[in-house]
Amino acid sequence: MNRLPGYKRREAINAYIMLAPWIIGFIAFTAGPMIASIVISFMDWPLLQAPKWIGFENYKFMFKDELFWISLYNTIYYTVIGVPLRVIAALCVALAMNLKLRGISVYRTIYYVPSITPAVASSIMWLWIFNPDFGLANALLGYIGIHSRIRWIYDPALSKPSLILMSLWGIGGMMIILLAGLQGIPEQLYEAAELDGAGLWHKFWHITLPMLSPSIFFVTIMQVISSFQVFTQAYVMTRGGPANSTLFLVLYLYQNGFEFFRMGYASSLAWALFMFVLVLTILQFRGSRYWVFYEGELRG
Amino acid sequence: MTMMNVKENRKIREIIWKTIAYIVITGFGVLLIIPFFWAVSTSLKPAGQEFTYPPKWIPEPFMWENYRIALTLLPFATFLKNTLIITILATIGSVLTASLAGYAFARLQFPGKNFLFMLCLSTMMLPYVVTLIPTFILFRWLGWVDTLYPLIVPSWFGGGAFFIFLCRQFFMTLPLDYDDAAKIDGANEWYIYSRIIMPLSQPVVITMLIFNFVNHWNDFMGPLVYLHSMEKRTIAIGLRTFLTSMTERSDWNYLMAASVATTIPILVAFFVAQKYFIRGVVMSGLAGR
Repeated sequence: MNRLPGYKRREAINAYIMLAPWIIGFIAFTAGPMIASIVISFMDWPLLQAPKWIGFENYKFMFKDELFWISLYNTIYYTVIGVPLRVIAALCVALAMNLKLRGISVYRTIYYVPSITPAVASSIMWLWIFNPDFGLANALLGYIGIHSRIRWIYDPALSKPSLILMSLWGIGGMMIILLAGLQGIPEQLYEAAELDGAGLWHKFWHITLPMLSPSIFFVTIMQVISSFQVFTQAYVMTRGGPANSTLFLVLYLYQNGFEFFRMGYASSLAWALFMFVLVLTILQFRGSRYWVFYEGELRG
Repeated sequence: MTMMNVKENRKIREIIWKTIAYIVITGFGVLLIIPFFWAVSTSLKPAGQEFTYPPKWIPEPFMWENYRIALTLLPFATFLKNTLIITILATIGSVLTASLAGYAFARLQFPGKNFLFMLCLSTMMLPYVVTLIPTFILFRWLGWVDTLYPLIVPSWFGGGAFFIFLCRQFFMTLPLDYDDAAKIDGANEWYIYSRIIMPLSQPVVITMLIFNFVNHWNDFMGPLVYLHSMEKRTIAIGLRTFLTSMTERSDWNYLMAASVATTIPILVAFFVAQKYFIRGVVMSGLAGR
């Protein structure tokens, strides 16, 4: 700092003052709590009593805790089945919304709007839709001749697929991001390919997909992260049931922290979750080398 | 085959192809909209009419009363007041501190700039539950549990990494000549930020206002953890409370009325400021590049 000339030093000092709120916030609400979270995860801390250092006991308990494994399984299920379905659906919708059709902007609005419905309101709506006796889902199936009393979220075998089906309703945000990516692909690439006699499939496979891969990669990363933190739907609609079939990691963490007041165990669950998300994200970045195409790398 | 025929063939093929496209996107579009119709239709039914099979799509008679009843069974006016207090105070802090940080990242030179910016971006990917428990203990120690502070104060410290990123990207598109001209006249960074950059930044400020509104209106985990007594609750938590108080009676018409009523402000915000809304979503897609 002292080696900088006067006016530059003043600029740097002003920059730090402008960044001060964020830096203080980062320390107080992000970095500090993250470190505290590790420390607390080695403690037995029933909120109303004094914390006690217990070493690795929380992690040992987690290893034997059947509910932890169930919640981990449910979360992985929701992610591994749900994320690819949502990304592929969003990609298909984005491709359709990129067609040059009259009135397409009305369709874009229709496909986007469900994604901004408040989570609690949409959870209550879907609770009613999935009602086995009077719900819309079974009524619609009835119209096409399937008169069965499917129990949707009330059936342990169908509860997770039902929540995944519901999540497909909210892919609008991803659709917008992918649509913006599609619109950023230079028209000349398609024109050049057409001169070479390329068909629709060929153009999709050799131009659209590679050019869009950075956007697809980004939405997939963010989807995995948010999918691992699925909470509101399960908390409002099923409270983890039936038979723990929708007990997801964050729901189990919430129960431990704010219903059983086990701050230590909840923190170790938080760190377990963080490690899973971190490893998954790193693996995806590693894997991206083989399929994500950055134009800038070719242009140098 | 003559030229005419080839042309006509192409035209027919295009018409067929477009018709199929319209049928498919309309079909799925209807499927996406039906849940809304269903919710609105249920919300207007007289008690008991929601339990007919096959369902009646048009209520008979229309019970607009349901909305008044649903929204007064619990103190939704108080929930609304709390939500607005949180939203307004948090949004002011967020716009102010995020734009300051965004300005520094976009326009100023200082040691450690790239490192700090990467740090800021990386927090966007951090699962919020990692910090949930210690932050709760911190606010509890401050005596702030069951007050609105935990939902407002953090916004005054940077306002969220995404908003900083949003501001930075926007400020980078403004010509640097403005800054240089002001500097020649002896203006410092604070003057340039408040008198030149911010007045030109209406679009990004509007985007931030909308995103803040939607985030606070929809936030569930935060109010769930911090707000306990009835008179402190927000709309989202209040709606959940309404659900638990209703399920035994299963008054689905009131439940749907409350759900629809709390969705409408978000839809209005979207339709009023669609352009800024979409731009914000598109920008969120650039954050990863």
